[in-house]
Parts: sequence; C-alpha cells; structure tokens
Amino acid sequence: MEAYLALALRSMFLENMALAFFLGMCSFLACSKKVETALGLGVAVVFVQVLTVPLNQLLLRHFLKEGALAWISPSLAHVNLSFLSFILFIGTIAAATQVVEMAVDRFAPKLYATLGVFLPLIAVNCVILAGSLFMQERDYGFGESVVFALGSGLGWALAIVAMAAVREKMRYSNVPAGLRGLGITFVVAGLMSLAFMMFSGIQL
Amino acid sequence: MSGSVSVFGADERRTLVAPIVANNPIGVQVLGICSALAVTTRMDKALVMGIGVILVTALANLAVSLVRNHTPGSIRIIVQLSIIASLVIVVDQVLKAYLYELSLELSVYVGLIITNCIVMGRAEGFAMQNPPWLSFVDGIGNGVGYALVLLLVAFARELLGAGRVFGLQLLPLAKDGGWYQPNGLMLLAPSALFIIALLIWLLRTLKPELQERD
Repeated sequence: MEAYLALALRSMFLENMALAFFLGMCSFLACSKKVETALGLGVAVVFVQVLTVPLNQLLLRHFLKEGALAWISPSLAHVNLSFLSFILFIGTIAAATQVVEMAVDRFAPKLYATLGVFLPLIAVNCVILAGSLFMQERDYGFGESVVFALGSGLGWALAIVAMAAVREKMRYSNVPAGLRGLGITFVVAGLMSLAFMMFSGIQL
Repeated sequence: MSGSVSVFGADERRTLVAPIVANNPIGVQVLGICSALAVTTRMDKALVMGIGVILVTALANLAVSLVRNHTPGSIRIIVQLSIIASLVIVVDQVLKAYLYELSLELSVYVGLIITNCIVMGRAEGFAMQNPPWLSFVDGIGNGVGYALVLLLVAFARELLGAGRVFGLQLLPLAKDGGWYQPNGLMLLAPSALFIIALLIWLLRTLKPELQERD
C-alpha cells in the first residue's frame, strides 16, 4: 500500500509529466489560455491515461513479452515481440479514444459537450503515449500501472490548470512585445518547473 | 507543381530552406517541443534525436504522400500513425543495436517521436496534398530546422552547465582547478524552457510580424 502511495506522489509531483519531462507540451501551451478549457483537457487526459496504461500493460504482458505467447503452443515460448510495442501502444490509444468518444457521446451528452473536442486531440498527446512507454521501461505490474496512470494524469492536469490560472492573471501585466503569448508562457512554465523541483527533496 | 524537367528546382529549394530558418517548426510554428526539450542536456543526445526526427519526418512524408490518393479521409490519421510508428520502431531498433548506451539515455523519447507534432503536422498538413518527392524534401527541411534548434539549445545547456561541447571539455571547471564555475541549473529541466523562451523572444524581436497581440 505504501509503495503505491509513494508511486502516486512521485508520478504526480516529482516526475511531473509536463514540468519535469516536458510531455504534452503542445496542448499544454495551446489549451492553457482559459482555466475552463484546461480543466476539460486535464480531466480527459486523466480519463484516457487511466484507461490505456493498464490496458497496454495487460496486452504487453500477455502478447508481446518474451514467452508471453507460450499459451498458444510451447514452440512459441521464445518468441519476443516487444519491438512491436510502439505500434501496439499507439493503436490501443487511438482505438480507446475513439471508443470513449462514442461512448461518452451516447451515454453522457453533457460531458461530451465539454470533453468531446479534446478526445481526438488526446490520441496524439505525448503524455498518453509516454505513460505507456514509461510503464514498459520501468516494468510496472498491473496495480502499479493503474496507480502510475492516475498519478501522472492528475499531475499533468494540475500543471495545465495552474498554468491557465497564471495566464488568466497575466492578462493585466505589461509583457515586452516580443515575449507576448508563447514566449512568456515558456518563462512561466520554467518558473513552475523550478517550483515543482522543491518536491525532489522529499523522501517517501 | 514543380517543373518536371529538373529533379531539384526552385520549388524544392524553397520547400527545403523555408522551414530551416524563416518558418522554423520550433521557433515559429512552435511544434514538436513535447519530446524535444528533455534530450538537450548534451549535444550528442540532441544530435542523435535530431537525425532520428529528420529520417522519420522525411520517410513518413514520402510514404504518406505515396498513399495519399488511396487513403479514405476517415481513417487517414490511423494510416499516418501506423506509418510513423513503423518508422520509429526501425529507428529505435537501430539505436539499440549500434548506440545502446545512448538509447538507454534517450529512453522513452525515441518512442515519443511517434507523437511528435512536427511529424504528424507535416504528414497531415503537407504530404497529404503534395507529390512524394516534394514531401520528402519538406520532411528533410523541417527535420533539419528542428535538429538545428535542438542543437542550439543543447549547445547552450552543455556549455554553460558542464563546460563541455560534445563531451569535449572547453571550459576548465573550477573543481578541476580551472576557472569556470558551472551553472547547475542548465542541466535541470527548467533551463530548457527559459532558453526556448529567449530564442522565441529573439526571433520575434528580429521579425516583429510574428508577435502576438492579445
């Protein structure tokens, strides 16, 4: 239990996807003008992340890893298909976002109105793919992958909402012309990244 | 489109050169920073990453452009993604075979070329409307533009953070009896964001028409 808690906190703060690994930067910069949009995108990312990382973990363990295909016939015990993982991951993610989009549209039209536009965007969001890649690299089990997905998704959502809040306030400040828009956003992201580094001293 | 007589006419030249400076994917279009910033702590990492992106962008553009007339609009994203993912797998396997140490350090970022906005953006925005050869050239141009910025950022970070360029000690460090006190922040995540911000500032001061008004 304690290990899960530590993993969740680490993936949320210490190894924040947006501020420590620069993942999902494109949408992080483009969709952080308003808190409302940022929140919608953040929730969608958490949702898709929690869905795809454990799913990819299962598929990876039961189909691609060395010896995973032994259940079909013993002669396949030495087959290692893990080089196909990129295609598997991106396929799962694209399919999952599509299914989620249709399901949300059908069963929760209100939620669709807020989340719907973001779902196709998320299929090519680096955070989602990186979640699965980190899961593979660090060899997470099923439970760990759920916790990691939740933590990293929430961490990213937290970062983009905080960013949007700062940018809303920043409208009243006088920024040098050349830095307006994206330039100052990068500076703010850098400062936030500095702030998040204070978590790195925490031992769990 | 391009003159059928010459293989490398004015069109090709423009397509190749424009994204390197004038329409740089990172500096001007602000695409593809997702997987880029983290690999710029050292120049060799940035160089390998840049070469990977050049290859993937160029070949993906070529392949997408070849099948563009046979791809139904509704499934084009999946088609592009699978082409790109296959190319990235090749790059990843080659790196693992020949540059194993470096591939460990690049870790997930090689795989993340798949979702790099530059690759997707060029496939969707250029290769779907243009003939194969021109798309290939466009891919090279954008890849080189991306790699240049990557190298520039990595140069600043490696030089100021460790006093080295490509692992070669240029500034003797204070702890080894030299005079240079390395700036440790340069090796940490935030500095990449600051450097990109400064680059954008510089670029937009030189070219005021790029400035945003809001």
